[in-house]
Amino acid sequence: MLNWLRRPKYGSLQRREMPSGIWAKCPRCSNLIYRKELERNLRVCPKCAYHHRLSAEERLALTLDEDGFTEFDAALTSADPLTFAGYGEKLGEARQRTGRPEAVIWGEGTIDRWRAVVAALDFYFMGGSMGSAVGEKVARAVEHAQATRLPLIIFSASGGARMQEGVLSLMQLAKTSAAVGRLHDSGVPYVSVMCDPTTGGVTASFAFLGDIILAEPGALIGFAGRRVIEQTIRRKLPDDFQTAEFCLQKGLIDMVIPRGEMRRTLAGLLAFFGGPRAEPPPVPAAAPEGAQAT
Amino acid sequence: MTTPRPGELDRQLAEVEAEIERLRRLSREQNLSLDGEISTLEERAEELRRAIFTSPTPWHIVQLARHVQRPRLVDYVSALFTDVLELHGDRLFRDDPAMYAALGRFGGQPVVVVGHNKGKDTKENIARNFGMPYPEGYRKALRAMKLAEKFGVPVISFVDTPGAFPGDAAEERGQAEAIARNIEEMSRLRAPVIVVITGEGGSGGALAIAVGDAILMLQYAVYTVISPEGCAAILWHDATRAAEAAAALRLTAGDLRALGVVDEVLPEPFAGAHRDAEAVFAEIRDALRRHIAVLRQVPAAELVNRRYAKFRRLGVLHEASEPAGGRR
Repeated sequence: MLNWLRRPKYGSLQRREMPSGIWAKCPRCSNLIYRKELERNLRVCPKCAYHHRLSAEERLALTLDEDGFTEFDAALTSADPLTFAGYGEKLGEARQRTGRPEAVIWGEGTIDRWRAVVAALDFYFMGGSMGSAVGEKVARAVEHAQATRLPLIIFSASGGARMQEGVLSLMQLAKTSAAVGRLHDSGVPYVSVMCDPTTGGVTASFAFLGDIILAEPGALIGFAGRRVIEQTIRRKLPDDFQTAEFCLQKGLIDMVIPRGEMRRTLAGLLAFFGGPRAEPPPVPAAAPEGAQAT
Repeated sequence: MTTPRPGELDRQLAEVEAEIERLRRLSREQNLSLDGEISTLEERAEELRRAIFTSPTPWHIVQLARHVQRPRLVDYVSALFTDVLELHGDRLFRDDPAMYAALGRFGGQPVVVVGHNKGKDTKENIARNFGMPYPEGYRKALRAMKLAEKFGVPVISFVDTPGAFPGDAAEERGQAEAIARNIEEMSRLRAPVIVVITGEGGSGGALAIAVGDAILMLQYAVYTVISPEGCAAILWHDATRAAEAAAALRLTAGDLRALGVVDEVLPEPFAGAHRDAEAVFAEIRDALRRHIAVLRQVPAAELVNRRYAKFRRLGVLHEASEPAGGRR
């Protein structure tokens, strides 16, 4: 009798735990996907092609050559200049959760051995918001690209300026855009890749200043938030409003590139720019695909 | 947005003002002489105002910055410039009435003027979209600033906007791109740029015409990354806590001067610019004269380098001894 009562309870408990372990639920189509299959598919849903959000580290791991990345300014982080209520705690939580001091990583890396300066924003760190440190790191990445004449690639994923640093966050729009202005003057190429989501102050600064602008399918891209716009115009917006595809159709970006083709597309752009290429690694056996000697 | 719970003095002032209004109506309608009562109450109201504005809270300052009687762009233009020729359109889409651009003279010298064009009343405000530009507004301003570069004359930019217009058409036409482009181009414009923040400096929509060599700000203007109401709604899911948010955001001229974002604070008359607009015009005129005289002497390349350095150093950083949180 007791066993009969307990068994279903035990069973349901197990079933509830399963999605977080072996199975992942797609937030768009709600299908359960075998987690390993999702990873193999670059975290793109095999059923509906939804591009799951990536952390900055995952983004770099999926896009750059293995062992090809050197991070700079890893320890640089925001202070709490306004002693804004709750900011210190939020920063602490974000650091704990992500194991990273800030919402951006930048450094030098290679894609198919083409060298580039690369930065990636992390939406999992306080919504990828841009405060003093994110602005500083992006500006340093831009200045480093100018100094080394290596092409610049920035992957954006951000809710915008970081409110908790007040107008100092707003000033990061000026800081980063001014740096990109100098980069443009110097003739060094800059590719901006907008990932889900890229909104607010990040769109109103470096993200929309790329020579070439790419976006991942379905990425939310826009300046003002949907709810604010709906309240202002007193109308419902269509579902596809502010998606990457919408931006492409409106002429705001160059290409929408599925995650599986991002590496190849970026390598193609870097090859077009004709920048420096790293020596092929000493390969004992067969060379990996696409790594033929030059 | 709902009005936040006013402080005790504000509540008393509102009550006294309502009572004055009630007595005035009564005396009109019933032909009674209530002058004695009214003037007593008016003295009380003035006392309260004095108490409030002797040390206004950030939220009082937000209200002064948004005051309906505050001088508008058209007032500044007619008081400060001569031979004004307004320019229209971005050459791409249309003429945005929320943004103003003109050629004019300041102290006899040619200048280009741009600015957010808030209206003086509801009718004007609807026509000018409450000073909230579309992308074409920013592109018009940029076109005018490029003319200043070409003609070798200074730009004077007046900032007073709740923000860039949050609408579907604005998004479709590239609101973010237009703002980003303006910020980038202003940062390297080869002409002196003097910015005067006169009222509301609303986030990216303000910054899009506010990258300059000298950033001046009226004493009761505000400049912020997000409206206090928006900040309170996001942080505490309660827009009525805007007064708290206004204090937390450090958006007053004094705060911004301390943070290095603003170069000079221009004093206003007691209880706001609308109490004595002529005094405010005189302050701005004097400041513009001083800054133009200095900036005219600086070669363009040096000007652009200094402007870059000015914005490059803004922000407060912390260099952690080791990456926080450890590895995953």
